[in-house]
Amino acid sequence: MIEKLIQDANDKVLEIMQSSHPVLVGIGIAGEVIPGMTKKTLLHAGPPITWDKMSGPLKGAIIGALLYEGLATDQEAAEKLAASGEIKFDPCHHHSSVGPMAGVVSATMPVWILENKTYGNKAFCTLNEGLGKVLRYGAFSSEVIDRLKWMENVLAPVLKEALELHGPVDLKVMIAQAIQMGDEGHNRNKAGTSLLIRELAPFIVKTSFSEEDKAAVLKFMHSNDHFFLNLTMPACKCTLDAAAGIKYSTIVNTQARNGTEFGIRISGLGDRWFTAPANMVKGLYFPGFSEKDANPDIGDSVITETTGIGGFAMAGAPAIVQFVGGTPKDAVNFTTSMYEITHEENKSFVIPFLNFRGTPTGIDIRKVIETGIMPIINTGIAHKEAGVGQVGAGLVYPPQKCYEDALEAFVAEMEKEGII
Amino acid sequence: MSKVNELFKTELKVINMGLKSFSNELKHQGVTVLQVDWRPPAGGNPKMIELLNRLKDRK
Repeated sequence: MIEKLIQDANDKVLEIMQSSHPVLVGIGIAGEVIPGMTKKTLLHAGPPITWDKMSGPLKGAIIGALLYEGLATDQEAAEKLAASGEIKFDPCHHHSSVGPMAGVVSATMPVWILENKTYGNKAFCTLNEGLGKVLRYGAFSSEVIDRLKWMENVLAPVLKEALELHGPVDLKVMIAQAIQMGDEGHNRNKAGTSLLIRELAPFIVKTSFSEEDKAAVLKFMHSNDHFFLNLTMPACKCTLDAAAGIKYSTIVNTQARNGTEFGIRISGLGDRWFTAPANMVKGLYFPGFSEKDANPDIGDSVITETTGIGGFAMAGAPAIVQFVGGTPKDAVNFTTSMYEITHEENKSFVIPFLNFRGTPTGIDIRKVIETGIMPIINTGIAHKEAGVGQVGAGLVYPPQKCYEDALEAFVAEMEKEGII
Repeated sequence: MSKVNELFKTELKVINMGLKSFSNELKHQGVTVLQVDWRPPAGGNPKMIELLNRLKDRK
């Protein structure tokens, strides 16, 4: 009986994930469009956390966001305000949102608005700032804040108008295409970014902005290979949100890290987080940096792996090993091993090199514990101190404890219900 | 016994499950060996095995 209950629930979760259809519908201001957002709310990546436990890069991004919002005038004042209890810190995941790395979202930041066309739920994400010294890696110098202001005042308005002229962008089709062009949607987004530019460029040039602004927007998108990441992430978020809360399901609905802890949530266990200290990322470092500089694993971007892309689709993105380490054969092995811990193959995201086999989709906590195979994640590495930024990229696994605790809680829940 | 002896007179092709050092030793002796990536369920953790069993139908 229990096996069938779980099987049927997991089938239901996968049916929702497979039939979800994320589309980009527009750009809005976080405080106006994200549910539960206030002037003094700061969203962050990962499971819930308090200021005193935040890692360097998350603290740095919080400081930067307070400076950006004009709620503090310098670092010292920002730290004082953050520690005062006046600011409400809350996970992006509790607000239909996701954020890469530190994932900090504040009230006046522009955000992409996505809709799951099949189920009607929305997801939100900030626009990607590029690599290096950026807020999401905990940098908050004046160049970081100036870039964010330019994004608010030029980038977002131009793209908003272009989107109004274009109409909704079908992201499911675009992500599927990008995966067949050598992206995996987490750390390699060259194809996705190029496809987005190809789609929007004719409409950007038709907007009412100056030639200079339009050229600057196109140049900014072109110069940032990760621009599309902030669209794959909310596309995955609105896919997974629709599949949350399916009773008796053992499928992972959320994986996320705040730089201190890694947390997971299970579809059949509602909003409960199962957390453990985040692991260190093994990877390649930018010149001048080493493992000594690294912060533990951070960011909501592991939502890609949770949906069946990212590290799970590495077989289709062999070039990524130049960024995260390893060999193309390793990339294939990572994908093939993920079939051991997932419920089924993706019907939309397929890998040409594996004879167009669908990517491994829907992580089952029972399979993870039984096989001892942990989900593979490829990710950026943030400097451990606030204000520095990205120092490398690599591969990491979730702590096994999250999965063990989730399994234990699931069994306890079944006992409570009298099913076992 | 005689059948076992016959086996060792032919070319050996070995599938090794478990400790990889066994297959490495055979490889060094030029034997064709395939290592199976096998681990005990839940890494042999009794608590996890029990939890997994609770989620299986009683046969």
